[in-house]
This record gives sequence, structure tokens and C-alpha cells, in this order.
Amino acid sequence: MAEKLLDVKDLSVHFATEDGLVRAVDGVSFELERGKVLGIVGESGSGKSVTAMTLLGLTRGVNAMFEGSVEYKGQNLLKMSEAELRRFRGNELAMIFQDPMTSLNPVYRVGAQISEAIRTHEDVNKQTAKNRAVQLLRQVGIPHPHERVDDYPHQFSGGMRQRAMIAMALANNPDVLIADEPTTALDVTIQAQIIELIDRLKDDFNSSVILITHDLGVVADIADDIAVMYAGRIVEYGTKRQVFYDPQHPYAWGLLGSIPRLDREKPKRLASIAGAPPSLINLPQGCKFRPRCPHAFAKCTEHPPLENRVGDSPPHLDRCWLTVERKRELRELTIHGEAAA
Amino acid sequence: MSTNGPLVETVHLKKYFPIRSGLLQREVARVHAVDDVTLQVYEGETVGLVGESGCGKSTLGRTIVRLLEPTDGDVCFEGRSIAKLGARALRPLRREMQMVFQDPYASLNPRKRVGSIIGDPMKIHGTASRTERRQRVQELLETVGLSPEHYNRFPHEFSGGQRQRIGVARALALRPKLVVADEPVSALDVSIQAQMINLLEELQDDFKLTYLFIAHDLGVVRHVSDRIAVMYLGKLVELSPAEELYTRPIMPYTEALLSAVPIPDPDLSEQRQRIVLEGDVPSPISPPPGCRFHPRCRYATDICSRVEPPLTDYGNGHLAACHHPLNVDKETLQRVQAAPETPRAADESALPADTSGESQPVPEQENP
Repeated sequence: MAEKLLDVKDLSVHFATEDGLVRAVDGVSFELERGKVLGIVGESGSGKSVTAMTLLGLTRGVNAMFEGSVEYKGQNLLKMSEAELRRFRGNELAMIFQDPMTSLNPVYRVGAQISEAIRTHEDVNKQTAKNRAVQLLRQVGIPHPHERVDDYPHQFSGGMRQRAMIAMALANNPDVLIADEPTTALDVTIQAQIIELIDRLKDDFNSSVILITHDLGVVADIADDIAVMYAGRIVEYGTKRQVFYDPQHPYAWGLLGSIPRLDREKPKRLASIAGAPPSLINLPQGCKFRPRCPHAFAKCTEHPPLENRVGDSPPHLDRCWLTVERKRELRELTIHGEAAA
Repeated sequence: MSTNGPLVETVHLKKYFPIRSGLLQREVARVHAVDDVTLQVYEGETVGLVGESGCGKSTLGRTIVRLLEPTDGDVCFEGRSIAKLGARALRPLRREMQMVFQDPYASLNPRKRVGSIIGDPMKIHGTASRTERRQRVQELLETVGLSPEHYNRFPHEFSGGQRQRIGVARALALRPKLVVADEPVSALDVSIQAQMINLLEELQDDFKLTYLFIAHDLGVVRHVSDRIAVMYLGKLVELSPAEELYTRPIMPYTEALLSAVPIPDPDLSEQRQRIVLEGDVPSPISPPPGCRFHPRCRYATDICSRVEPPLTDYGNGHLAACHHPLNVDKETLQRVQAAPETPRAADESALPADTSGESQPVPEQENP
């Protein structure tokens, strides 16, 4: 049994706003073992980024309310003071943000920004920190790191900036690396490079990764477990194989079906999920996906719990009232579009 | 207007951006954004234009609708040259050619209501009276899947996907013939992307549109395109009927682009041999000599760094510019000839020779 690094239990994050209470995250639980990759998948506004930022205490504020617990190696990060948390943040848990254009400081040299991350947590002199920065840039595949370390972010391309961000996140050899849509702003070719890089570095640094994305295709290679989030809740949770080959929640079918696939015959129409995610202030009653679900029936007005309805081991959890047999019947059409009809 | 001619066509089109420096702002270098591209788009078809960031695909799209002035070469719309037309002469043509932009957050004026965002083109061109305008805008809103009540709202009240629908409605307001869609879905979630792609396909039938669809993702392009053009560093490197590009890519760059598209199936994804392109696209200020792809190409040989390969016609409307073409049999190789689209700088005598001694790799077939 591998070491359990993160244990998130019933995490809720609500924000009080002028328009009402925003239930950004509502009762989310998951675990992360050393060396594993957890993919959190969902549309914009499903609460996946807020979940990730809460792990690092980045959502704290006067209007934020937290429930549940986030245990990192047995210590509850939610209850820590800002000063205590700072020892962990960037050191043991680090984050790669979505937009490499805006998450690097444009007026500091790339190397200086990486050195700063090192010197914040370790007592080393400037030269040592800079040498480490060069080393890190080399590890993330930046050519000529000796020269590039003194470049400004605008001298880097999008893909290189994301590599620099990764170098910064890895600077203190963190145990948990949280990557929030690390490839969304990048070209597909660069996306493939970055995903491969994260996968390799995870082994080199013996870290675990939480990879957040809206595209199930991105996690098909790299994830061990997958959590599908919708409207602040996990609606399906299982191993990669369970979620890809036996998806239980109609929302997961929709996500799978809407990816244009090169390995299949071209369907007449792409399967898509009708409508848009609900407002987190005014959530529908019962199953939150009900208004967009083509298979909703009377019982869906009751809120379905996250349960192992398949009876698989390791547990394959979902929040849907349909019977497993019925789901297996219905989903073919959703996932494979009209070509399969 | 001839019935068989292309709706829009570029002829050896070049667009360079000068880089100025120093006290006198003298031109010190040029960005070769679009370098000698000849491409036809026929009425009613969708041409997908694919390539990485910085390959000039957006510049090409913008030059075609004359948002940018060509440096050299020609753009013809319905057989008429429009490359040199002034602003006034262009105005009636603006009605025929519209654009959908990439970023739904930056391309809508935040201080205008949806009604005027979509209605203003009609006002400017005087195609509808005030009451007609309101009615047409509301019809358009319904056509793109929004509701007529959205008429008085501001852009910030909409999600990214909805905003992109507003952008599409605006492009359709003047009933154009050609729509240049510049990465219309790349800023959207995958689930919303599929909605947009389906919508664009429906509109094409209803409004008899011709699309130039610009994207970096070959997966998205496949669903909308009849033909696909692949660009690299300002050059057109492959042009093919859509399905053929996926089953039989000739240019190694296309092969690499295809292999970068994620497959949402863990087993297939693991089996497949990924060609990860090393590094980034080189600078278009001083593009590499010879074949511009050679520094990143795994098949590159000596000739690739010296001689620019001509665009070669491999039959069935499939053109590619490569010294080491993939998926081409010997007989085809013997009868290939330079295509009329070949850039003027290329050496047309440098057609791919019979390279039977070398291995001709065939990309892995992914069986569904």
C-alpha cells in the first residue's frame, strides 16, 4: 500500500456574494497516494479549480466558508494559519496555473522567479539557487538553460513559459503537484509535450499529480484515477479504465462523446451536452445534471448519493439513479454519436 | 462571375510584417507570416486551415478578408482581384466576407448590447430599417441557439459558448457568402466545442455558406472540413481532401500533428506511437533554409536543409511539399509533378525521387 499523501473529506467551499451564496464546491472527497495521478475533469464552473486552489489555501477570504477537511500527511490544511500554510505551499504542495502568459511576472527574469521559489523555502545563497534554476530549466527541456535563465518571460514562447512554470513548481521537490488546466492555452503539439513532461517528472521527483482539465482526452494517457465534477460535486469517480470503458454518469458520457475522435469513423454530428452548466447560486433540485440530462426521470428530483452502484473493486462511484443495466444500454448512443445508431 | 471558379482564391500571396528599430525606425527585418500561399476555396465547401501558433494561418485568414494588406501576390473574390482595393471600394465586399474571431471575450464590445452588436452591421450597410433590424436580430439569435429576449443584454451576461454564438450571429447578419472562422472553438470547453461545431455545420446548410475554418487541432477540423490545408511557418505544406489527410498524410509535419491529437481511450492511446515534435516553431523572422520543417523533422536529410521542396501533386487533389513523402507508392512517385500552387522560390526540379532504398514509414493504423 502506497503512502497516502492527501485525504480530502466532504470538502465544501461556499462564497457569500451580493447575489447570494455560491456553492462552488459541495461535499467533495478524494484521496491521493504517492506516485499517482488523479485527473479532475469537468466544464468551466464545475468547481474543479476552486477545489485545487483550496488545497493550497488560495481561496481564503472574508466571504469564503469552508467545511470538511483537507489532510496532508495527517495534518488538516484547512485549519492551519496562513503562516503555517506558507511552509507547505510551494514547498510540499505546488501548483501549475492555466495561463503561462499571466502567471509569470513580466518584469522579473525567469531564473530570478525560480530562484525566489527556492530561496523562500531553503537557506541557500543566490548563486546556488541560480544554478538550481538552470538545472531545473534543463530538466523541463528548455534548450540552452544557461542563457535562457536570464531571459524575461516575454522572450519565451507559450510552451516554454509553461515549462518554466513547471520548473518553478518543481523547484522545492514537492510531494503533490497540482496542475490546473496546464495545456488549455497551448497548441495540441505543445500539449502533447507538456503532458509527457509532467508524466516523466512525476517519476523523477517521486511526486503525485492532480491534473485538472475539461478534456477527458488529455488524461487518457497519464491519469490513474479520474474524478468527474459537475456543479461543485463529484458525479463519477473511478480508475481510468472504469471511467473510460464503463462510464456510469450521463455527464461523463457527454464529455466523452463531445471529443472529436480520430480513431473512429466520422459521425454525422458530434454528440454534445445540451445547454450550459447551472448557476451555482441557484442550483436545480435533486440531481444537478437533471435539466441537461436526456435520460432524466421522476426519481431524479431526489439528490442521488455518490455510491458504488456497479459493485466494482476498486470502488467505482457515481451519482445517477439509472440502473447499471439501463445505463449500459443508453450510453452507446451518447458516446458514439449518430454513427453508432 | 464564373460558376466553376473558386469563390475566393489567393495567388502567391505574401504578407510580411516589417520590424523597425532605431532612431529612424528603419526596417531591420521582416516577419514572414504568409509566404507565397496559393489556395482556392470553392463555393459551398469548408476548407480547414491547420497549423501551430505562429504558422501564419490567422494572418492568411485576415489577409483574405482584407483586414490586412497583402505585401505581394493577389487575393481574388469571385474572380475579381481585391488585393489592391481601397477602403471605399472594399465596403460592399465586406458584406460578402465575414469573420468569427477566436476569443469570445475580446471580440465583443463590452459596452454595447447584443442587439446593436448584431444589428450594427445591417445599420452600417443599410440593409434593414430599424424595425426590420430588431426582427432580424431576434431571428438570428434564435438561429444560433440563443433566445430573442437576449436582445437587450450585455456581453458580460453570457458564458463563453454563448458569446461565441453572438459572434456567429454577427457574422451572419449581412448574409455573407464567405465566413472566415479563426479558431472559433479553441477557447471553449470540449463539451461546448461540440455544440459550436454542430451549429456551424447546420448554418452552412441553411445559409449556403463557404467556410475557411482555422484551427490548430486536427480533431476539430476533421468534422467540418471538405478539404484541409496544413501550414507551417508561412508556407502551405499539404493540401488534401479531408478524410485522406487522416488516412494518408504525406508530409511528416501532418503526421506529427495527427499524432498529437489525444485519443480518449487509454488502451489505444498507450498502443499508439506518439511522435512528439521537439521544440517550438522556429522564428518566422529568419525561417530555416530549404524545407522549413527540416530542423524538427525525423526524416530530414541533407537535401532538406538546402532545397525548398515544391508542392507536388500526388493525385486526387492531394498536394504536399516534402522531399521524403510518406504513404506514397512507387508508381505515384514516378508520375508526380509540381503543382501550380508551388511557391515561386521553390526549386521545381527537386521533385521527390524514388527513394526505394530508404524506409517509407507508414503511420500506425488505429483500428476502431
